[in-house]
Amino acid sequence: MQSNRRYIILGLWMLFLLIPIYWMINMSLRPNQEILSVFSLWPRELTLQNYFTVFTSDSWYPSYINSTLYVFLNVVISLAVALPAAYAFSRYNFLGDKHLFFWLLTNIMAPPAVFLLPFFQLYQSVGLFDTHFAVAFAHTLFTVPLAVWILEGFMSGVPKEIDETAYLDGYSWPRFFITIFLPLIRSGVGVTAFFCFMFSWVELLLARTLTSVDAKPIGVAMTQTESASGFDWGLLAAAGVVTLIPGALVIWFVRKHIARGFALGRV
Amino acid sequence: MDSKREYQWAWLMVLPVVLVVAFSAIMPLMTVVNYSLQDIFGPDSRFFVGTEWFKEVLRDADLHAALLRQFGFSAAVLAIQIPLGVGLALCMPKKGVWVSVSLVVLALPLLIPWNVVGTIWQIFSRPDIGLSGSLLTNLGIDYNYTGDSVDAWLTVLIMDVWHWTSLVILLCYAGLQAIPDAYYQAARIDGASRWAVFRYIELPKLKGVLLIAVLLRFIFSFRLYAEPFVLTGGGPGNATTFLSQSLATMAIGQFDLGPAAAFSLIYFLIILLFSYIFYLTILNMDRGE
Repeated sequence: MQSNRRYIILGLWMLFLLIPIYWMINMSLRPNQEILSVFSLWPRELTLQNYFTVFTSDSWYPSYINSTLYVFLNVVISLAVALPAAYAFSRYNFLGDKHLFFWLLTNIMAPPAVFLLPFFQLYQSVGLFDTHFAVAFAHTLFTVPLAVWILEGFMSGVPKEIDETAYLDGYSWPRFFITIFLPLIRSGVGVTAFFCFMFSWVELLLARTLTSVDAKPIGVAMTQTESASGFDWGLLAAAGVVTLIPGALVIWFVRKHIARGFALGRV
Repeated sequence: MDSKREYQWAWLMVLPVVLVVAFSAIMPLMTVVNYSLQDIFGPDSRFFVGTEWFKEVLRDADLHAALLRQFGFSAAVLAIQIPLGVGLALCMPKKGVWVSVSLVVLALPLLIPWNVVGTIWQIFSRPDIGLSGSLLTNLGIDYNYTGDSVDAWLTVLIMDVWHWTSLVILLCYAGLQAIPDAYYQAARIDGASRWAVFRYIELPKLKGVLLIAVLLRFIFSFRLYAEPFVLTGGGPGNATTFLSQSLATMAIGQFDLGPAAAFSLIYFLIILLFSYIFYLTILNMDRGE
């Protein structure tokens, strides 16, 4: 009895989560004239035309590639610099370590809006404005500290005796780190990559400010769909549905660790 | 924590991070400080104005209103999402396939690009084509989120509940999973009521994750930008213009460099304060375990 009521409440909540998403999918499968003229809970004239446009039109599909590119670049940079740093934080005491760790945290929490104007001028003056690298690098502002914090949490869970035994066995640090330590925290690395991916993928404000044409991300393409005749709702919905797919795919692999990632590796 | 070895060469491992983040954070921040103290007309004509911009920003009635709206919104977000999140986490199944399914469905809104969240709710609540919008209109409720500021505010709030409550649920669920079965068995032997189990076993064990949830939700709601930008554009009037949006308009829309920079620093200091509380909380948690 008791547990049935619990599942009903949870089920209702999931329904609340899924209905708006369903509504967008419903819209994406209908032609725009039908959306504006007939109110319907399901597509009456099922069409894939909107998706066809998104995947073939020059104003749409390059922006997906742009977003994917800078997100990928960002994940690679973040992991490369964060892995050794997180190891240092989890294993050693050094001058200013606690202050440094807190300073990194403030960058995760800082509102991107604060950095808007200087970023705009900085990247323009070094000639990187409107490149994938500019967005990837701007996003390291919060993904690198995030990666350090999450990885440090996971690494602290590995007993120090393992390091010491390996050094006694004559392993050098790089060899130990790559052949022994990394496999031990591989789920942590996966979760970290996922969170870098996620925060770079969902961010719009910096990406919008640092690009104009060549590196335009999908989020910006979506805010520019208004034409003289108003919004093409079907097209907008189809573009939105496509942005859900990468997240929905990767989430399955990290489902058990996602809470730990949000708590910065500390649950 | 304390058994760590003293090793100054560890700085070399940290150096790449320091360089990357310094380029992304310190240099821009110094630019902001620079702007906040000067009046800039062009590359060669600039005047030192001291704290003039700070005084102007602190007296600006529009920004007062935005700050007040921001605190009101963040308070409403916490008041709704925290109890709801705890309640729903208690409803989660404990084992089986359904755990994975629920986790994936719950996490789904967290992975949607923030502007697409705005788009989803725009499509969902427009009175002409949206499901909830036309439903409310057909029920005879005068609902129009683009025209009425109360409706707009409620829509943004519900959108945020939809978007972020899952975060609270996931954190609490992880906290609940960490409670050993022996505690529940002891409670059963003592004949404790459901409420007593929650009050004396689950809630104390959840304290740590709940603090993280409160602080994360506060900070993330405090820098809310893309969702209301897409949904309402900050309107009607200024009803849903929160701090990030006021700042973005000031800096990029109007190019008021001085006031925007002063405003940025004040905004940043508020966040810094809450980050510090967050940091102390986490340190205490690490030590407690």
